[in-house]
Amino acid sequence: MQSQLPLFPEQASNFAPHVDALMGFIILVCLGFAVAVTIAIIVFLYMFRRKSPGAIGVAIHGDMRLESAWIGVPLILALAMFAWGAIVYVDFRRAPPDTLDIYVIGKQWMWKLQQPNGLKEINELHVPVGQNVRLIMSSEDVIHDFSVPAFRVKMDVMPGHYNTLWFRPTRPGKYHFYCSQYCGTNHAIMGGWVTVMEPDEYTAWLAGSGGAHVSPVVAGQTLFAEKACLTCHQSDGKGSAPSLNGVFGGQVRLASGAVVTADEGYIRESILNPNAKIVAGYQPLMPTFQGQLTEEQTLDLITYVRSLQGEPVPSSGAGVIQTAGKN
Amino acid sequence: MSTNAQTISPHTMPETDYLNASYGIKSWLLTTDHKRIALLYLFSVTFFFFVGGIFATMIRIHLLTPGGYLVTPETYNKLFTMHGVAMIFFFLIPSIPAVLGNFLIPIMIGAKDLAFPKLNLLSWYIYLIGGGFVLYSFSTGGLDTGWTFYTPLSSVYSNSAVTAAVIGIFINGFSSILTGLNFVVTIHTMRAPGMTWFRLPLFVWSHYATSLIFILGTPVIAITLLLVALERVFHLGFFNPALGGDPILFQHLFWFYSHPAVYIMILPAMGVISEIIPTFARRPIFGYSFIAGSSIAIAVIGFLVWAHHMFLTGESLYAAIAFSLMSYLVAIPSAVKVFNWTSTLYKGSIALDTPMLYAMGFIGLFLIGGLTGLFLACLGLDIHLHDTYFVIAHFHYIMVGGAVMGYLGGLHFWWPKISGRMYPEFLARAAAIILFIGFNLTFFPQFLLGYMGMPRRYHSYPPELQVLNVMSTAGASILALGYLLPIIYLVWSYKYGRVAGPNPWPATGLEWKTQSPPLTENFDVTPVVDWEPYDFEHRPDLALEPGVGGLLPAHGDD
Repeated sequence: MQSQLPLFPEQASNFAPHVDALMGFIILVCLGFAVAVTIAIIVFLYMFRRKSPGAIGVAIHGDMRLESAWIGVPLILALAMFAWGAIVYVDFRRAPPDTLDIYVIGKQWMWKLQQPNGLKEINELHVPVGQNVRLIMSSEDVIHDFSVPAFRVKMDVMPGHYNTLWFRPTRPGKYHFYCSQYCGTNHAIMGGWVTVMEPDEYTAWLAGSGGAHVSPVVAGQTLFAEKACLTCHQSDGKGSAPSLNGVFGGQVRLASGAVVTADEGYIRESILNPNAKIVAGYQPLMPTFQGQLTEEQTLDLITYVRSLQGEPVPSSGAGVIQTAGKN
Repeated sequence: MSTNAQTISPHTMPETDYLNASYGIKSWLLTTDHKRIALLYLFSVTFFFFVGGIFATMIRIHLLTPGGYLVTPETYNKLFTMHGVAMIFFFLIPSIPAVLGNFLIPIMIGAKDLAFPKLNLLSWYIYLIGGGFVLYSFSTGGLDTGWTFYTPLSSVYSNSAVTAAVIGIFINGFSSILTGLNFVVTIHTMRAPGMTWFRLPLFVWSHYATSLIFILGTPVIAITLLLVALERVFHLGFFNPALGGDPILFQHLFWFYSHPAVYIMILPAMGVISEIIPTFARRPIFGYSFIAGSSIAIAVIGFLVWAHHMFLTGESLYAAIAFSLMSYLVAIPSAVKVFNWTSTLYKGSIALDTPMLYAMGFIGLFLIGGLTGLFLACLGLDIHLHDTYFVIAHFHYIMVGGAVMGYLGGLHFWWPKISGRMYPEFLARAAAIILFIGFNLTFFPQFLLGYMGMPRRYHSYPPELQVLNVMSTAGASILALGYLLPIIYLVWSYKYGRVAGPNPWPATGLEWKTQSPPLTENFDVTPVVDWEPYDFEHRPDLALEPGVGGLLPAHGDD
């Protein structure tokens, strides 16, 4: 399949045709300019070559019309490139609501990925074709970057917070993924393969590769008890901390008066740096769990909190603003 | 053209000049003559160019095979890091300003020296001390963070000699700041009578813009790298998230300087090109005020584009959109320069001497380098191209294709002034052409590798990408030859070249009104400027023949 001199990567996601079309547009515009300037230079060099050793040229100092034209025309074309590029990027940065969420942890120099049912993969990612997939990514050490050229997507993987990356695979197959942000000694081999499967194959694969993996919800629930979170975060709202029922995805009012959406990043921050955002009506009592949880344990906890999304919200002591509609 | 080394020159070398005014090592190491300091810089930046060049050669040899051919991953990472640090901080940034700018700015404006000659010498010593720290880092464990020093890799995880290197770059920053300050004060206060702002050579305008960036940007990189050193040594949590720091903060601070630093490298080269083209087309430059103004526009807008290096760090959507827009705006002044240079050829009287070959090569390579910037400024496209070889190819087209071609073009253009002698024209033209070909063969395949998705800073790569990598390495060997040639013949010509005389091309600037090499004081008497820049028509002293070749001006006297 791979020729000796490959010049164009495969197109295997919803973004690939858009990115390639942008590439085509910008190549055409730039080629137009480059060819025009090159031809002008070559023609001038020939036509106006020095005819005798002492000859001088004609004194032309400038032309306002020309100057305005070659400021105006490139400006318009540049703005067109900007606008089109921004449209693609906005789409890329805003994941649709119905995504298959996969947690990704980068560390020197491997990738750990976790399917929604808790199945863990190392340097391998299996996803179903045609399904919107969202990677929720963090790093245990330095900055990494998850990059899939065939999908035309990449996103930095930062220590300390979550970045998300979404795509919809459009063609079954095996595609390289790379670490694209230099991360130390074995940066170049910190990669692997994305396998895009038919949905039924994917379901079978998920079921078949069962083994003894623990659902992250169960793992998170266990941790929630072990770390004594439930002493304060009682589900009926009677503890000294807000109930977590229905919090995930909802709006939370803070002591500062601000309202934030409880996403993965918020839950994570509330675990590792609890005093950063205090829920209105509560005291900053919670200790930090910075350094006491691995990235995977943090993700398990978040998944558990997320599983409480549909639980009944108590009338008092709720973490979430109850009138706010859930999305 | 009778530019042949064998031709007997009608000129003789002047009896006294800045080179033979005094002798002995002390007369050089304690000199305050801007021309001698320029030569001190010439030797030092050439040294670092070859240090960086050796690393580059090893990188390209290593990448001949997909698995890596030459060195271990650790060593490979050190090679590309040290290549970047040596080339950017110790060659590209000082090259044109500290060598050509130092030598020429006072002469071009009719001054005897820079405003602060002792500060100028101090700048060179600071550069040496900074360079010493960096060489110490290179030789005691090396440096493996990438020239970008991204945290927390550099501040926490790297086991290499980061602290010495960042201290070296911190110290070296003061050399840039002092040079910039010296240039700005000199240009403001020491212009000869009649040398108005709009009679300044465009080389001086571009150095004025560069100096603004030196002064405003360099302190930021200096303090940022100092914070990295403090985090590394004292475990303070500026950037380390485990200590409550923010690694993204580092990137903002780093690029706030390091993006404008790209303009530090390219603006002086643009200034060189703006001198060469009118000289060899023998007509006034087209759109003087637009070329001068675009230098200032680039320096100013260049400070507002830094976060386009960070589109995929998770920065806010709106920040990304704003920075993409600003990045497209900064492209316009560069385009204006290219159009004006091209138009300057129209109805000229063009000779393709070596400097002009470099200038044409510069336009070709800068065109590709500049236009591929439009690909990377595009938010949607940067998702795919970011951190790939496309970026590597793009900035080498700007920094090597642009800045180094400009530097070499300038070195050839002013070599007769610097040394008093001509270089062998045939060899010099050959070197210019070899460089152009070798450069394209080295770096064009890297655009294709980038679109294929090959990430930068990889010591190994998938086998299907080998052909393009081999092409790139082949090109690099041609490029290496192209760089060795000028070293050899320029050194040779310094002693044996044909005597150049005061104005061999001839060109219109003040620097060509004094002897070659100039006196220590540059001029016997302070010159008075009563001509417009790049005017060949009203300059009988150039002994040219207005109108010869059937190209009579439309209006004899305007």
